Amino acid sequence: MSTVPLTYDGAASERRPLGEILHEWVTTVDHKRLGILYILFALTFLVFGGIEATIMRIQLIRPHNDFVSPEVFNRMFTMHGTTMIFFAAMPVLFGFANYLVPLMIGARDMAFPRLNAFSFWMSAFGGFLLYFSLLGGNGLYGAGSAPDVGWFAYAPLTSQTFSLGHSTDYWTLSVLLSGIGSIGTAINIIATVISMRCPGMTLRRMPLLAWLNLTMAGLVVLAISPLTAAQLMLLIDRYLGGHFFDTQAGGSAVIWMHFFWIFGHPEVYVLAIPAFAFASEIIPVFSRKAIFGYPVMVAATLAIGFISMSVWAHHMFTVGMTAASNGFFVLSTMAIAVPTGIKIFNWLATMWGGRIQFRTPMLFCIGFLFQFLIAGLTGIMLSAAPFDWQLSNSYFVVAHFHYVIVGGILFTLFGAFYYWFPKMSGRMYNESLGKLHFWLFVIGFHLTFDFMHIPGLLGMPRRVYTYEPGRGWDLWNLIVTIGALFQGAAIIIFLANLLWSRWHGPAAGSDPWDAWTLEWTTASPPPEYNFAVLPEVKSRRPLWDLKHPEDPDWHYE
Amino acid sequence: MYGLIAAEASIFTIFVVAYIFYLGKSATGPQPSAVLRVPVFLTVCLLSSSLTIHFAGQSLKRGRLRPFTFWWLSTVLLGGIFLGGTAREWRHLIYDEGLTIQSNLFGTTYYSLVGLHAFHVVVGLAALTVVLAFALYGRVQREHAERVEVLSMYWHFVDSVWVVVFIVVYLIGR
Repeated sequence: MSTVPLTYDGAASERRPLGEILHEWVTTVDHKRLGILYILFALTFLVFGGIEATIMRIQLIRPHNDFVSPEVFNRMFTMHGTTMIFFAAMPVLFGFANYLVPLMIGARDMAFPRLNAFSFWMSAFGGFLLYFSLLGGNGLYGAGSAPDVGWFAYAPLTSQTFSLGHSTDYWTLSVLLSGIGSIGTAINIIATVISMRCPGMTLRRMPLLAWLNLTMAGLVVLAISPLTAAQLMLLIDRYLGGHFFDTQAGGSAVIWMHFFWIFGHPEVYVLAIPAFAFASEIIPVFSRKAIFGYPVMVAATLAIGFISMSVWAHHMFTVGMTAASNGFFVLSTMAIAVPTGIKIFNWLATMWGGRIQFRTPMLFCIGFLFQFLIAGLTGIMLSAAPFDWQLSNSYFVVAHFHYVIVGGILFTLFGAFYYWFPKMSGRMYNESLGKLHFWLFVIGFHLTFDFMHIPGLLGMPRRVYTYEPGRGWDLWNLIVTIGALFQGAAIIIFLANLLWSRWHGPAAGSDPWDAWTLEWTTASPPPEYNFAVLPEVKSRRPLWDLKHPEDPDWHYE
Repeated sequence: MYGLIAAEASIFTIFVVAYIFYLGKSATGPQPSAVLRVPVFLTVCLLSSSLTIHFAGQSLKRGRLRPFTFWWLSTVLLGGIFLGGTAREWRHLIYDEGLTIQSNLFGTTYYSLVGLHAFHVVVGLAALTVVLAFALYGRVQREHAERVEVLSMYWHFVDSVWVVVFIVVYLIGR
């Protein structure tokens, strides 16, 4: 396949006028370019969200600190949560799905290329709108700029009475827009996986990444829509004087919680399942073994998707539900640990007896396995309603979900960046810098989030802008902030590595990892049409069959 | 389209749940039993438009263009009657009964749910009208049957949502 000529590469595009290049990127409907746009957009917002997190950590480094005012602190945690979930984590995962799913299933593009571009720009403008609130949020009342109602924006904080100005409007509109974009992309992924597979690519032979993204897309369709509906209701309340969440007129604040968490909990799996997908591709390649228990992996994923739709109210144990509903949500939440546990054992079994190569992507995946396990264990602790009554809204919860999102999802995401960077850019990254990034980030992560559990257990609530000395929280907060600085340094190294390697890294070739899925048959970066001739697939590892015609996989499947 | 329908269905589900949850929780009047009349005629119109669009699709598949245009036109008309009827109903509620979206919870949930559905009818009618215009200019041919089928799927969805809305708002809700 190396004879396929490149249609564009870095050297050639630099000679053309900048306006033309920009025009090409802005009007593109190519799934690979949109994927890269998604990823760049998300990385930008990751940096914004990271800066907000750093500001909060500096504020909390010692008791009675006055680095920022309480109002600014409220804005920081709201913007941090909203940015990271809607404008960093989801777009970056959609970006990878966009880039990889068509390549992996042997398609030339997504099913609906223009819907793809539409969805991207909806999400992008949602993000810009959120940050425009810093300029436009004041409204006529001079009542604060950026949204400050928390990322789940509980009623009645969001009502006109308590949120003057337009800051909450910016929040709800930007989330609404990004939701429309997400639904569009999800529909696109479903249609692509169902109807664009190349000859021989049956559902039983499809790479796990495609399977998992299909599940993720299904969850997005079912879970983001309730959020969209809830945002519409909030808009009706705020603009038309409706009473959905207005307790004065008989409305209910609790129903907003239900609607939000019907979205909010599946959302965790919308983020986690693509992360599992990266691990399921990277771990086999660097263990030099086929994935262990492929059908079970698919079944476990579907089970997670299914169960995750029925666990939302475990975010609401402290609201005061009936014993029956508490019991139901405790059990369903605990049940989700079963398929997740199956997955962890399958990854371990894939590594077992393999010849493991400790390259940067693999290091991140191994880190993911350990940290995701711990995150799951604290999840089981919190799923027990009485335990949750004690610790809900404490730093223990904050530590738990950052363990999931940073320790689990972000780690595999970094692995995915290093693993597919050669394919996307055509160049290798710097391995030593990659390893330095890994170790700095591991140290920073554990300093921050291991020790964050302790002030939570000691009773420190989340979202406080400062605290009294002498409660035993001081030392832990200091350590947590120091860890955040390590993480910041690691991210700078990561971005520098990507930027430098993009132009100066050694050429990667089409298949630097000796991998097995179809994206590695194309040139790096792949030509616009992906495959000159649509490939024909006979097993789960088509490249293995090409490289080992004497011992092809389809003899064993 | 199935994906879009799933997403839309889940949006409607949330609004229906909110409607049911807030039934009878309005602090002040007017109450649904006092002001709502059951729109039997409009319901018949909308539901029969599902039938006419089905006939239109069948005609197009067999390449019979004139019956297609006829059935398509009747679909648009029936949809238009439904929309006009909703407008009259709202006018009655607003001017005669004094029920607005701000009055009470019933107003808020009623106008949101029925309005969301009416919005989908408007979108559907706009798309249907575009196809009708193409058909009148003779631009809709047999090979477009599959695309027209996608649109008709959406229309069936809008109609079936009405069945739910009708049962919840006009039968249970009163």
